Amino acid sequence: MSNYYFVIVGHKDNPIYEQEFSSHRNADVKKEDHRHLNQFIAHASLDLVDEHMWNTSSMYLKTVDKFNEWYVSAFVTASKIRFIILHNIRNEDGIKSFFNDVYEVYIKFSMNPFYVINSPIKSSNFERKIQLFAKRNLNV
Amino acid sequence: MSKQANKSFDNKKLVGELFTLTYGALVTQLIKDFEKDEDVNKQLEKMGYNIGVRLVEDFMSHSNTGKCQDLRETAEILSKVAFKMYLNITPTVAKWSPANDEFSLILDNNPLVEFVELPDEHREINYSNILCGAIKGALEMLQMEVLTWFPKDSLKGDDVTELRVKFVRRLTDALPAGED
Repeated sequence: MSNYYFVIVGHKDNPIYEQEFSSHRNADVKKEDHRHLNQFIAHASLDLVDEHMWNTSSMYLKTVDKFNEWYVSAFVTASKIRFIILHNIRNEDGIKSFFNDVYEVYIKFSMNPFYVINSPIKSSNFERKIQLFAKRNLNV
Repeated sequence: MSKQANKSFDNKKLVGELFTLTYGALVTQLIKDFEKDEDVNKQLEKMGYNIGVRLVEDFMSHSNTGKCQDLRETAEILSKVAFKMYLNITPTVAKWSPANDEFSLILDNNPLVEFVELPDEHREINYSNILCGAIKGALEMLQMEVLTWFPKDSLKGDDVTELRVKFVRRLTDALPAGED
């Protein structure tokens, strides 16, 4: 019963892209409540992410925070865009390869001259790719 | 030895990416400056025209082609020599009209549009319009008046990008159109 909440955070702490994944098919009712909680947890962990990013030279920051049963893992790109993922099951390898795949797609997407950095990502192409990576790496 | 080979390969690719990014920045700025998509298209064609009239001299000096006898030869030289020299692609020449005065260049990998996705508000932009203008300008310097346009564009959902060239007439009084 693994749930994941993935968010790409811009430079002004604004969410650029959010997506939830769950291995459970019928958790819709609960999800409405969890949406606000997920945003809150992710936002709260941003300070810790900012602290950790200067201590390490790699982009993947592993697990930076824990809230009740939710772990928060982070990945910081070269342009300081933060990928945050909330999960209730430890899955370091899966999350690490998920982050790397997302990073590659994000780079290609940001090379589009019409995309303004830090603006919300609305492309359905991008969304489909993220869902494919989640299926492949996180088994959802 | 292999290190050197790697370096030169990366360099070409990086220069190509710089070119693509520069063109993308140009189009984005044009969109910001002009409100309407048709104005952007017109401006891109004008810029292409100015490039074309100057580029043709450079092309003639670097390639050893003499005069072309007819439009078919012109089309072949355009696709196999000119495009190859400047963009490193060879579009296919196809769809000749029955009167042999119109043809299409099918561009299957256009370096200008790598990574580009047209936003929804600007669906009418002919992103590669600069190519249309360049061909028009270059052929005008060679005393041929042509019309160029894009019947198909991969950024708008079609499977390939098609540039159509139509020969209008031979120019006898060699005064180029005013550059305004």
